[in-house]
Amino acid sequence: MNLRRDVFQAIADPTRRAILLLVASQSMTAGAIAANFDTARPTVSKHLQILTACELLKHEQNGREIYYHINAKKMKEVADFIEPFRKMWDDRFNKLETIMKKYKSK
Amino acid sequence: MEQKTKINAEDGKQEMVITREFDLPLELLFKAYIEPEIVAQWMGTKVLKLESKKHGGYQFETTDPKGNKYGFNGVIHEFSPNRKITRTFEMENTPFGVQLEIYEFEKLTDDSSRLKMHVVYESVAQRDQVLKLPFAQGINMAHNRLEDMVSKLK
Repeated sequence: MNLRRDVFQAIADPTRRAILLLVASQSMTAGAIAANFDTARPTVSKHLQILTACELLKHEQNGREIYYHINAKKMKEVADFIEPFRKMWDDRFNKLETIMKKYKSK
Repeated sequence: MEQKTKINAEDGKQEMVITREFDLPLELLFKAYIEPEIVAQWMGTKVLKLESKKHGGYQFETTDPKGNKYGFNGVIHEFSPNRKITRTFEMENTPFGVQLEIYEFEKLTDDSSRLKMHVVYESVAQRDQVLKLPFAQGINMAHNRLEDMVSKLK
């Protein structure tokens, strides 16, 4: 899975950006988050799933409720505009390394 | 986990340093920069010319999925095998100007090596623009994908 791409897909959606802003101030349950939007509850759940899969949100079971909160570390990575540039070079260098390892074993 | 590739770009400076440690002997790492067919593989580009020597030049051409062609070129100022390459780099038909690149190759152990890539731009603004390119592309790609998805739903 290309995590970088997924993170960008996550923040490119306006509803998901709004969810991140909401949860940034305090941990919230899915119900409380959904109450802030006109969209159907399953749609909000889908957005929460995507944000969780990209590690932008984390969830915690608290009794019967699941609370969502921001994963600050991942958010910082996205906010850091240099990260995609670093990732681009990292991918390139990984490729170089793989190619040269095969070259060596020839 | 420690990152293998590191970028150091201080605010307000027109340069940056990219460092990376490789699980490769120094000679193999260096080879990846001078053998045209190997450069073509890891850079994902067509190598039209690559003269690895002082006063030599190079010319690459990359084609995106839509068939648009992008040209890159530069000249080599210093070429010292397994140690150092100093060259210029230009993305043709872009406002990014010409950058100076100083590559230093260093042996760590028999099976590992380090590359330090020091890049100097014409201005702070140009450096920052280049740094932001993949960020902007990431956002654009995401938008395009969303558009594709939405248009398929119709």
